[in-house]
Amino acid sequence: MATVSLEKLVKRYGSLEVVHGIDLEVADREFIALVGPSGCGKSTTLRMIAGLEPVSGGNLKIGGRVVNDLPPRARNLAMVFQSYALYPHMTVRENMGFSLKIAGQKPEDIAPQVEEAARTLDLTHLLDRRPSQLSGGQRQRVAMGRAIVRQPDVFLFDEPLSNLDAKLRTQMRVEIKKLHAKVQSTVIYVTHDQVEAMTLADRIVIMRDGYIEQVGTPEDVFQRPKSKFVAGFIGSPPMNLKDAEIADGQVVFANGDRLPLPARFRDRVTAGQKVTFGLRPDDLYPAGHGIHSGEDADVHRQDLRVILTEPLGNETLVFSDYAGAEWVGRMLNPRRLSPGEALPFCFDLSQAHLFDRESGRTLRG
Amino acid sequence: MKGWRPPAPFLLLLPAVLVLAAVVIIPLILSLYSSFTPFRLTQPASLFTLIGFRNYVRILTDIEFWTAFGRTVLLLTVALNVEMLLGLGLAMLVEKATRGQRLLRTIMMFPMMFSPILVGFQFKFMFNDNIGLVNNALQSLGLTDQAIPWLIDGSLAFFAILVAEVWSSTSVFAILILAGLLAMPKEPIEAARVDGCTPWQTFRYVTWPFIMPFAYIAMTIRSLDVARAYDIVKIMTDGGPAKRTELLWTLISRTAYADARMGLANAMAYVAILLSILFTVYFFRKLSAARTQIAAEW
Repeated sequence: MATVSLEKLVKRYGSLEVVHGIDLEVADREFIALVGPSGCGKSTTLRMIAGLEPVSGGNLKIGGRVVNDLPPRARNLAMVFQSYALYPHMTVRENMGFSLKIAGQKPEDIAPQVEEAARTLDLTHLLDRRPSQLSGGQRQRVAMGRAIVRQPDVFLFDEPLSNLDAKLRTQMRVEIKKLHAKVQSTVIYVTHDQVEAMTLADRIVIMRDGYIEQVGTPEDVFQRPKSKFVAGFIGSPPMNLKDAEIADGQVVFANGDRLPLPARFRDRVTAGQKVTFGLRPDDLYPAGHGIHSGEDADVHRQDLRVILTEPLGNETLVFSDYAGAEWVGRMLNPRRLSPGEALPFCFDLSQAHLFDRESGRTLRG
Repeated sequence: MKGWRPPAPFLLLLPAVLVLAAVVIIPLILSLYSSFTPFRLTQPASLFTLIGFRNYVRILTDIEFWTAFGRTVLLLTVALNVEMLLGLGLAMLVEKATRGQRLLRTIMMFPMMFSPILVGFQFKFMFNDNIGLVNNALQSLGLTDQAIPWLIDGSLAFFAILVAEVWSSTSVFAILILAGLLAMPKEPIEAARVDGCTPWQTFRYVTWPFIMPFAYIAMTIRSLDVARAYDIVKIMTDGGPAKRTELLWTLISRTAYADARMGLANAMAYVAILLSILFTVYFFRKLSAARTQIAAEW
């Protein structure tokens, strides 16, 4: 069990800097998810923590000890790789017991630990198979078993579910959550899938181009995104983000369409300010097919023409035309809609966001 | 009544069978047959006198034959092991190179581009006791003031031949093992490092099992090569002096052509081939075991 601290951590490849001095404190037993688009530096950061990439600058501490120059074996971590990285010439049993064997434990001490982990992960009947005889999900479980057996201070996961099909991914996500509840260890989990991050993590770290955009609980990053980037990255389908200007106490879009200025931003904007207006699909719904969260006064009603629908069964995503752009709304208790149909929509403005167009930062306090 | 027509498959295979018979099967049978005769090139009629197993009995009780046999096996064992180790080292170094790897790979293969005869001549010159580079270097460095008789002393000459063999063929191992290293996935190595392995343990438990099949392929190829070693030895020492470096095939060619005892030489050749087959079978077994172990898909 240990804390992990990143202090001004930098990674350079030659003259190319890919991680620009990031700071992060991971508490003991915390589950942290690093998310971001490809190339944002999340995997590089994880590999620096693991010791697989040398640290180019700043400090990396595990359990309060600076480990910058320690090899991976001296850091007491376990890592689960995207490709599982099992040893193909060893059986499941040998794979799981390998780190203990390397640590010099006796075979009779290793066996019960391996069996215990195998029971936890429901692998007992597979112990004598080789990785090539296992399915993707089973291999994934073996990779996790190999990590558990070590009883490491910190678990590192590098996109562990990316190679699984959607159904198995959901299943394994639950397994990982249960596992964390059971082993109570510090976890750093890298993923590009924001659903995984939201469902698993205590706190989410959103990275972009080698910088940390925001750190916060899943509720934080979803409800109070600090920037346009976070707002667009977290949530599915993504938030509607449209450029606008403030005029006459209203939000005015490029084509002249207007929405009332949401109450909580009234003191924070000035006339003529260039902004980006953000509204989640959940807060844009056909009248009577959604739930508004605030006062009635905050709901703006407007007739919109439907362009396209995506029925998902329990809900329908409705693409409609407004302010010269396409907006996505979410329709609960859906009924069949046909393209071209016009119907009244509700804009729940108490949930709207405004970002400074230049800096992309949020305009709320 | 129609005449008998041979079935189509038979007809279609016939040309291939005829060619094979002419160039492989008949010479093989003929040579096997002649190993049971006292056939001498100078006395053609002797081809028709059968003497049963007398040639085989004779070579199997001949100390000279067994010495050559033993020396060949020794050369095979030592050369293969040395080449294996050097090749592994070379391959791992080249694999680490971040720049110029293709150039290094090409340079590494240079020795394979020379005819063994030329390699023989080159090393014969280098190990010459009077004008050779090796003695010159040793003397200039003050390591010795004597002219070491590299190609005259029996064990020194064996060593010189070994050096020439190793120089010319280490790259076979290096190239094949390098292929293995390049084909190997990197994640298991990283997993091993995180799992607590030292660099040596990573090599021992993860890298080595992966490249073992490649090493065995190289072993198989090279064991056949060394078992029929002839050209380099022929040039450097010609089995001499006084048969101190006689290998199986120098002995066989001497018996066949210098002594013109073709029947006896053929008998020796069959025993020599048996040796090659044994080594090949051995390494193929090892190869398939190693392949199963890493679950190779080839």
